[in-house]
Amino acid sequence: MTSNPYLFAAYAATWIIHIAYLSTIMRRYARLKREVDELNRK
Amino acid sequence: MKYLFPILVILTGILLSYALYQALEVAPTDQQQGDVYRIIYYHVPSAWTAFLLFFVNFGASIYYLIKRCEVADILALTTAEVGVVFQTVNLVTGPIWARPVWGIWWTWDLRLTSTLVLWLIYVSYLFLRRFSSSGETPLLAAVLAILGALCVPFVYFSIWFFRTQHPQPVIGGGGSMDPRMLHTLLLNWLAFLCFAFLVCWSRFRLEKLQREVDKAHAMRSLMGDPEEPQGARDDF
Repeated sequence: MTSNPYLFAAYAATWIIHIAYLSTIMRRYARLKREVDELNRK
Repeated sequence: MKYLFPILVILTGILLSYALYQALEVAPTDQQQGDVYRIIYYHVPSAWTAFLLFFVNFGASIYYLIKRCEVADILALTTAEVGVVFQTVNLVTGPIWARPVWGIWWTWDLRLTSTLVLWLIYVSYLFLRRFSSSGETPLLAAVLAILGALCVPFVYFSIWFFRTQHPQPVIGGGGSMDPRMLHTLLLNWLAFLCFAFLVCWSRFRLEKLQREVDKAHAMRSLMGDPEEPQGARDDF
């Protein structure tokens, strides 16, 4: 398969969007976990 | 049950990798477009997955309006958010494909414009959920979601009934596709569906936990804890 810059850009953009969204989920989960730990300590 | 999610993550990772290999190496090259046509293997499954998630959002919103069930509300929010992500992929990969094939990044034809409008409706749905703190928010969001879902058939069938720059559908629209290409397309859709299911699962658990924490904070505020934080949720 020959390399095509548009093909590479489309596939890369797809995974960048998905990884960015997954990272927001993970960040929110980590923040919530800290909040739960704090609530349990009180 | 504890290991179910990690096992599904590994299996989905393998399936996505295999589907990517099929898309880039095994599927035959298009005689007219060359290799750039392979964008179809991410562009079309992203659109189909988004439509399916919006359909689930539609069902969950109707159920919420009838039963006022919190789980249905969480499911509606989850599927709308993940659906917007997949629709974003569709809207980004479309112009990247259009540039070498049509010679333009974008055109205001019916299919592209209606897809953009659909995306804007669901983005406004998410903004409503995010920034409105009224108790009526889930109700208003459910109504908006139903209106948004009514646009989905219009977006899908716009290329059947109108002449547009966008090509005819690959399945059921009178067009023909090499069986190996179709097989790869369906395999990638299956992989995307599994991935979307896992993302929805994670997001659903996150939202459920968020609401439990919000309730715990509210309870502590009612009990007069001066250290309790006030104000809206910080979701982003």
